[in-house]
Amino acid sequence: MIVPLLLLVAEHAAPAGPRQTLMHLSYIVASGLFVLALKWMNSPTTARRGVFAGEVGMLIAIISTLISHQVVSFELIFIAFLVGSAAGVPLAYLMPMTAVPQRTALSHAFGALAAALIGTAEYYKMQPNVPVGIMVALILEMLLGFLTFTGSLMACGKLQEILPTRPIVYRNQNIINLSILIIAAGLGVYLIVHPEQTVLFPIFAGLSLLFGVLLIVPIGGADMPTVISLLNSYAGLSACAMGFALDNKLLVIAGALDGSSGFILSIIMCRAMNRSFTNVLFGAFGQIQEAAKGKAEARPVRSATAEEAAGILDAARLVLVVPGYGLAVAQAQHKLRELYDVLTRRGVDVQFAIHPVAGRMPGHMNVLLAEADIPYDKLHEMDDINSDFAQADVALVIGANDVTNPAARNDSSSPIYGMPILNVDQARTVMVIKRSMSPGFAGIDNELYYMDKTLMLFGDAKSFLGNIVKEMAALIKAA
Amino acid sequence: MSFDETTLYVFMLAAFLGFELIRRVSPLLHTPLMSLTNAISAISVVGAIIITGEKDASTLSKVLGFIAVATAMTNVVSGYLITDRMLKMFKKRNTESKG
Repeated sequence: MIVPLLLLVAEHAAPAGPRQTLMHLSYIVASGLFVLALKWMNSPTTARRGVFAGEVGMLIAIISTLISHQVVSFELIFIAFLVGSAAGVPLAYLMPMTAVPQRTALSHAFGALAAALIGTAEYYKMQPNVPVGIMVALILEMLLGFLTFTGSLMACGKLQEILPTRPIVYRNQNIINLSILIIAAGLGVYLIVHPEQTVLFPIFAGLSLLFGVLLIVPIGGADMPTVISLLNSYAGLSACAMGFALDNKLLVIAGALDGSSGFILSIIMCRAMNRSFTNVLFGAFGQIQEAAKGKAEARPVRSATAEEAAGILDAARLVLVVPGYGLAVAQAQHKLRELYDVLTRRGVDVQFAIHPVAGRMPGHMNVLLAEADIPYDKLHEMDDINSDFAQADVALVIGANDVTNPAARNDSSSPIYGMPILNVDQARTVMVIKRSMSPGFAGIDNELYYMDKTLMLFGDAKSFLGNIVKEMAALIKAA
Repeated sequence: MSFDETTLYVFMLAAFLGFELIRRVSPLLHTPLMSLTNAISAISVVGAIIITGEKDASTLSKVLGFIAVATAMTNVVSGYLITDRMLKMFKKRNTESKG
């Protein structure tokens, strides 16, 4: 319906040619649809409509670009379409939900690479005489594009555990990284003024790529939610800079939406950890581990069996479940759902308390639990549910650590002091499913585990939850 | 070819609009949100199409453009599909009976 209407308008339009005008008009429509897509994302009931709006916008924009007069040869484009679709479909359907953070990092890498390469092609096409305005946009596009490309690949490698997930630190790291960035930026500025100096370009590109690697190397798994969001923002801004370079307002709008989205998410993540951007990027985690090493001492804890846990859960009225990255690692979301079903049938009120940085990317836990068919009205944000812990009979912590550590509230010498946490320690009984007593990612001891009301359930989350479900069944039969 | 200040206005307004829209997105949907915005920003595929397919494109442009079209297209396809796949999972109540 929209396309014929546009054609009609286009035929009566400007000397640039009807198809060119059609392209510009369709870009305006696509921009509008992208805005609607994000608007509809505000609630799960309208969100799928948002995806549809985005798809339609994309389709209109791509088709009108293909039929515009600017494009004369199609073979390569169609082959690339096939390659992209062949890669994209399995990436979307075969990826397990636990691997969504990796996929997201990979897609940031792809988006950034596309932007950087288009920038490169545009630069070589236009040199030696590139207007300063265009050159500024191109340099920004390439700098952000290249560093986001390698940075996101590193993040993906760490998430997939191909690369070590612990931060890799070395002497003078920040000084070295910063100098590389400054040299790359300096070369960029020089190229803006002297675009004809093409010899310098590969050095500029190489340093940008290198900086991306070095930026992510010292960042550990627990900081991934912030880092992924930040890379999201960079990829968006890179596409946005490309819009400036190509004088394409659709790209500017889409890039700005993506860029601001990533930026807001990284602010939310930083706030949830009570840390600043600089602190995450030029991090303090290396030092934290050294500080924590000293005080590792054996202290008594109370542990319990699946049978005991089942008895306590069965007697509870309100159970608050606190999931963390360990749940994803153990792939335990479906077993958790079984437990949820059994308890709900027994009349126990089961709710889920989700810390903003639980998991490896924003919203990671929600997707996992939704995958396991847990209704989303049972999933609650930290601020909404924190006051309920005092009334809870049981707080069941699965694979979460630092976000439950009372030291963040009480111990001003703790490295995580000030970080907002879930008030797990206020529940009547606390159960923690955990492999062993080894400290969490940040290497910080968790006071929670040594409290009198805390029961440690040692074992793999998936099998332990399975055992509790079995014990519950036995319990019900016996009754 | 150069951009005029209107483009800067467009950028500024789009960024503000983005902030207002994203702030309203429930944290429940932050993961699908990120894959959706990622797919949307893969609109850079149109830039790649023009670079690859325009008249007198150099070999360098064609090679770089080809890779850019392919990677951007991967994001378009996988981004929208996985967002929809995730959103389908968000249900309000258990549909199956709790016998």
